[in-house]
Amino acid sequence: MNFEFSEEQQFIRDQARNFLAQECTTQTVRAVLDTEAAFDGDLWQKIVELGWTAMAIPEEHGGLGLGYLELCVIAEELGRALAPVPFSSSVYLATEAIKRWGSAEQQQQYLPGLASGELIGTLAHWDGLGGVSNGKHSGDNDGVRASDGKLSGCKWPVADGDSAHFAVTSARDESGELRLYILDLEQASVTRQVLPSVDPSRSQARLDFEGASAAALGDGTVGESELAQLLDSAAILLAFEQIGGCQAAMDSGIAYTRERYAFGRPVASFQAIKHKFADMFVALELARSNAYYGAWALSSDAPDLPLAAATARVSASDAFYLISKENIQAHGGMGFTWEFDCHLYYRRAQLLSAQVGTAPHWKDLVAQRLLHAA
Amino acid sequence: MDFEDTPELADFRARVRSWLDANAVRRTDQLFMSMEGEEAFREAKAWYKAKADAGFACLSWPSEYGGAGLTSLHDVVWAQEVENYRTRDGYFVIGIGNCGPAIQHFSTEDVKRELLPRMASAEDVWCQLFSEPSAGSDVAGLRTRAERDGDNWKINGQKIWTSGAQYSDYGVVLTRTDPDVSKYRGLTLFMIDMRQPGVEVRPIKQMDGGQHFNEVYFQDAIIPDSYRLGEVGGGWTGALTVLMSERLAISGIQPTGFPQFLDLVRSLELNGEPIADDPIVRERLATWYSQYAGLQAANKRMITAVAKGGVAGAEASLGKLVGAVMNQEIANFCCQLFGPAGIVSDENLSPERGHFQHAVLFSPGVRLAGGTDEVMRNIIAEQVLGLPQEPRADKGMAFKDIPTGPS
Ligand SMILES: Cc1cc2nc3c(=O)[nH]c(=O)nc-3n(C[C@H](O)[C@H](O)[C@H](O)COP(=O)(O)OP(=O)(O)OC[C@H]3O[C@@H](n4cnc5c(N)ncnc54)[C@H](O)[C@@H]3O)c2cc1C
Repeated sequence: MNFEFSEEQQFIRDQARNFLAQECTTQTVRAVLDTEAAFDGDLWQKIVELGWTAMAIPEEHGGLGLGYLELCVIAEELGRALAPVPFSSSVYLATEAIKRWGSAEQQQQYLPGLASGELIGTLAHWDGLGGVSNGKHSGDNDGVRASDGKLSGCKWPVADGDSAHFAVTSARDESGELRLYILDLEQASVTRQVLPSVDPSRSQARLDFEGASAAALGDGTVGESELAQLLDSAAILLAFEQIGGCQAAMDSGIAYTRERYAFGRPVASFQAIKHKFADMFVALELARSNAYYGAWALSSDAPDLPLAAATARVSASDAFYLISKENIQAHGGMGFTWEFDCHLYYRRAQLLSAQVGTAPHWKDLVAQRLLHAA
Repeated sequence: MDFEDTPELADFRARVRSWLDANAVRRTDQLFMSMEGEEAFREAKAWYKAKADAGFACLSWPSEYGGAGLTSLHDVVWAQEVENYRTRDGYFVIGIGNCGPAIQHFSTEDVKRELLPRMASAEDVWCQLFSEPSAGSDVAGLRTRAERDGDNWKINGQKIWTSGAQYSDYGVVLTRTDPDVSKYRGLTLFMIDMRQPGVEVRPIKQMDGGQHFNEVYFQDAIIPDSYRLGEVGGGWTGALTVLMSERLAISGIQPTGFPQFLDLVRSLELNGEPIADDPIVRERLATWYSQYAGLQAANKRMITAVAKGGVAGAEASLGKLVGAVMNQEIANFCCQLFGPAGIVSDENLSPERGHFQHAVLFSPGVRLAGGTDEVMRNIIAEQVLGLPQEPRADKGMAFKDIPTGPS
């Protein structure tokens, strides 16, 4: 038993942290937030050169053949830096889907490009306020239908949907089964519309398909249960992004309140403020510990992986919300300004807790999986 | 990273499980008779002796002190398994968890070999005599005096809230040896024989009706100098060791109430519907489980850090804080869930034999004992996060000059 990352993994983490401290300051994040840019192309290029997109792709497909634990330490650093790049969409979702279930040809076609960063992929799954995955349909969007290799319908929000080259897309086939397809987003029958969101440092789009050609992922039977597995592994990786963000937000609050004086003493010496930070620390430690357990479960394909993933997700989303909001509070009026970075963390906390499904969904999964465990 | 048992630990786990099956009552078994007073104490001693004879007591202590000579990972395995049973270890946790490590650290070899094996087999029961009427959170403000008397020390004063003092053969006692220096520097830590004429124990009735804690009066009680733990005037260092061991000891076994809650959710129907289907119950289940699972994983990470040569830091306060709060919240939630019947604590009528009603009344004490919620937060903020200390009104003063109430 050993509940820490190995020295090699910690080395990768330190390198990633140093790199991002140089190349991805909050100014970098703001450059995307303040403009129409979908992501930071320069930063993306450098990340690709460091091999992060290739990390968990097998060597025969142009990857580095490393495991999930290495990806987890990178995710934590990307989260800490609030990196404005399509990493989670392309790596945790699109790459994973193709790596796990793609046919040999699909792997050959997509993985080398994903590894080298020439291709950016994403997952198009959510049906706005509808929700194809649970069979409920709302009036305005009843999801995407597949028929004869053509997809029609609409998906939103799709993270990085405006810039990705392709999307692994969920759709109902003729018999009403949910299936995954690979869909080229650069075809004429796909319309992309950028959506305003709570965190414009990462882009969201609405995709409309009108008979867009798509290939079934793998052998054509990849559906509901595989999608759940995909979301589970992404939940663990996103939990690492969340704890990275938690740590950065908490550190900034601590630094600020130590310097800021009121009533003749540092604000950080007031117990009401100290206890806030103690509670943040507690939430973060619990989230971190659950994420570590999830990382291990993912890397070893442990039987309780689904429960571990949902647990890591719930605790990381709760922690980032708590920390990002109380960090604003601890900054006083400055915390509410555009100029201070507090809102960047708050926005990102909102975004990350929405990606791959929000808290009620994952809490229900925790309950379901816990109650069904032996 | 590896959360899996090694083959050796898996084997150990299997042995623990089969021994517990044969010797303890499962948590979900309704046939566990609650007992009070002397009878419960005798049962507990017999149980612990059997556990020690089977080689499961003090797993990570050296064998010459009565331990099993194993590792803290074995402690983790034991804690995980024993959670599924009802045991009566409570009487011995303070000695073995809090006092034992400090004795191993500060005492002489002879004394350790004399006292520790009897502690490890529950032959001797120990208590921790720190708190006083005027010194709880600010425990360094205590006034029980120890004065040198040849090769002995003479003790006078009063302790309060001493858990299990009425059952104890020995105690670890923090005393003031010099009131003329600052409060932290004038303290000395000792072991004391509780079975002597100068020690008087008076039980205090708790708000839940039980009587686990006591007042303890010392009138010229005697302690041989060989029972001193650490330097004269160095008692604060020893006390911190005891308190840190306490947090470490309870971080693995701190009652959270969660396993009982899970049992309840799995089994209970209300108005003909399984409560497991209730969205409010499911939301609570998920939130508490994520905290509970986080505590378990955090505890394992802490043990990894200790195994790699680190010291158990103030991080251990986290388990105490989270567990104690959750324990009360769960108890209250369950009583609310039962509707108007929730206030009835009848063993035969109430779900889980009235466990949650009992927990509602006992849980406030858990948030106080071993350092209050607020003190835990102070420790985390100041010692883990390095935030500045509160201004202190007694800084730089000799102990005897420190104000003790409104003047
Ligand atoms: C069930 C139980 C068992 C116990 N067993 C033992 C035992 O075996 N041995 C032993 O020595 N003691 C024992 N105690 C005593 C326990 O350690 C003290 O009760 C505890 O440390 C609080 O001290 P106090 O009761 O004097 O409260 P006080 O210190 O008077 O605290 C009153 C309130 O003020 C708050 N407060 C105090 N200082 C601060 C501060 N600096 N910042 C913020 N808030 C503050 C506290 O959090 C609390 O809410 C036990 C207590 C209980 C309830």
